[in-house]
Amino acid sequence: MFSAIRPRLASVVAKPAVLNAVRPRFFSQAAVARSNIASLHTLTEDEALLKETVARFAQDQVLPKVQQMDETEKLDKDVLKGLFEQGLMGIETDSKYDGSESSFMSAILTIEELAKVDPSISVICDVQNTLVNTLFRKYASEDIKEKYLPRLATDTVGCFCLSEAGSGSDAFALQTRAVKDGDNYILNGTKMWITNSGEAEIFLVFANVAPEKGYKGITCFVVDKSMGVKVNKKESKLGIRASSTCTLNFDDIVVPASNILGEVGKGYKYAIEILNEGRIGIAAQMLGLAQGAFDATMPYLFQRKQFGSLIGNFQGMQHQYAQVAMEIEAARLLTYNAARLKEQGKPFVKEAAMAKLYASQVAEKTASRCIEWAGGIGFTRDYPIEKFYRDCKIGAIYEGTSNIQLQTIAKILEKQYSS
Amino acid sequence: MSNLRILVATKRVVDYAVKIRVNAAGSAVETANVKHSMNPFDEIGTEQAIQIKEALAKAKTGTAEVIVVSCGPAKSQETLRTALAMGADRAIHVESDVELQPLAVAKLLKAVVEKEKPDMVILGKQAIDDDSNQTGQMLAGLLSWPQATFASKVELGDKSMTVTREVDGGVETIKTPLPAILTTDLRLNVPRYASLPNIMKAKKKPLEKIVASSLGVDIKPRLETLKIAEPAKRQGGKLVESVDDLVDKLKNEAKVL
Repeated sequence: MFSAIRPRLASVVAKPAVLNAVRPRFFSQAAVARSNIASLHTLTEDEALLKETVARFAQDQVLPKVQQMDETEKLDKDVLKGLFEQGLMGIETDSKYDGSESSFMSAILTIEELAKVDPSISVICDVQNTLVNTLFRKYASEDIKEKYLPRLATDTVGCFCLSEAGSGSDAFALQTRAVKDGDNYILNGTKMWITNSGEAEIFLVFANVAPEKGYKGITCFVVDKSMGVKVNKKESKLGIRASSTCTLNFDDIVVPASNILGEVGKGYKYAIEILNEGRIGIAAQMLGLAQGAFDATMPYLFQRKQFGSLIGNFQGMQHQYAQVAMEIEAARLLTYNAARLKEQGKPFVKEAAMAKLYASQVAEKTASRCIEWAGGIGFTRDYPIEKFYRDCKIGAIYEGTSNIQLQTIAKILEKQYSS
Repeated sequence: MSNLRILVATKRVVDYAVKIRVNAAGSAVETANVKHSMNPFDEIGTEQAIQIKEALAKAKTGTAEVIVVSCGPAKSQETLRTALAMGADRAIHVESDVELQPLAVAKLLKAVVEKEKPDMVILGKQAIDDDSNQTGQMLAGLLSWPQATFASKVELGDKSMTVTREVDGGVETIKTPLPAILTTDLRLNVPRYASLPNIMKAKKKPLEKIVASSLGVDIKPRLETLKIAEPAKRQGGKLVESVDDLVDKLKNEAKVL
């Protein structure tokens, strides 16, 4: 992947300190200008081209259907097909499994660009890539990879089934059981709040094979819908309504032991690790949401006149939109840096938690302000702005609530500062 | 036909959605730090070439090779990469930092044609920065090849093509033998997006760089731009009381009578 980055940026990987690279030669412009650490705005040629393509796709194919999908609470089949056709549902997957063999940052940029137009479509793409595909890529046996990754990259939606009615933040308190029976496991239980479950055919189900061992019995199973998964109640939600969120029932589902993802009893570890990465994806979704709301609203400020002036020229408004733009930029830098840290193989858990937490807060504030700036129009369903406000709230809730993010950050700081 | 070789000419221009401004000196449009992309008519040209290639492969009647070429500074390579990501097979960058006007580009393309020997050359009808609408026609003249411009429909035959053209009076259909020049108009096709797998595949496709001066062609500009100015700002309309009032205003204020 780094071969794609031009040689100039190779030092981002190798040398962390710029001061060593630039010896102070006074009055030398060249010495000062010759910093080879690129800004976080820098993208590789491929990343820039992909960002452009996804932006165009979102404008042409997704935007016309956003309002209808929100009102009917249904994902449009052609939009989903378009995501697969553009290779956006297998972004990091190897080409030998029919994937796009691209970088994590490419996935983050895709999620951001989609969210600028519709955060629902963005989360569908995010779950498929950062949770489902990544679990397969990291922990599955070669047989399981060959069987499922091509389907996930080309035409099949997958979902991540961890939460239950009685276990959200306290994920390890899950009750779904898997009882060994010869070469199979019998699964029983109910999962709740599962994104993509309305369209999915492949389910990554976390179940406990040995409750007496506590969380160390949690195991991840690859379940095909044909094994008997029942998709029940589809939640009617405040926001991201085009994304299906359903309750799933498993009644004596027979799953072959060969369908265990990775190792028995390691499910808890996989879940934690994958959610650390998935967090950066949600940060990107919230970032895109904030930017999309802002971009949809700002032109209006320079069209509407009151008291003889464009409302965008009133100092009260100037101060507000300058503040919001600054916060969006800060959220962007947190998100991009967490993504680059992960790509470099450096520790990123704290930064990922910070990115998700902050981006969800910025998304809420931005969307709220945008409605106020657009006045009556901002409050009307005929215009796209109010949807961003409804969509933003989930950012503080899923893939780790804001309080959980704060806990995560605090625990790392504790380790750092306590003796 | 066994293997059809199609050469597609592309140009890197200011993106169509950008609100252009005249630079401080009044000598040119401001292009620094402004978003650029492939000329939309050239995207249509690239798409057409790829569609021809796909149709031949599907019907199993032959194969096609799509070569994209762009004449310009180093950044023209971005445009070529986009074309490769859409599905072109290889790219040629004719590098020149000197301003290239249509006649110069036509001469450079003639040199490329003589080297690559394509069966057809597809160009956009005009570039959206200078709106010249000359390069395709000049290239046809230099090569003494037939030309079909403003194409809205193309059908390939045996060593020939039938082209429907959009002209001022309506629609005209002509048939020309190959090799020939084709210039694209808006309604010819809808260009595809560069899908992510194709963007990744494009990295492995060959991109050849040729320095313009090595082609032995006179590319000196022949036209000098004296001045560029923004159009006069639109004034609000006025209501007139009578026809005499209207005539008076047209004569003395608008000065169009």
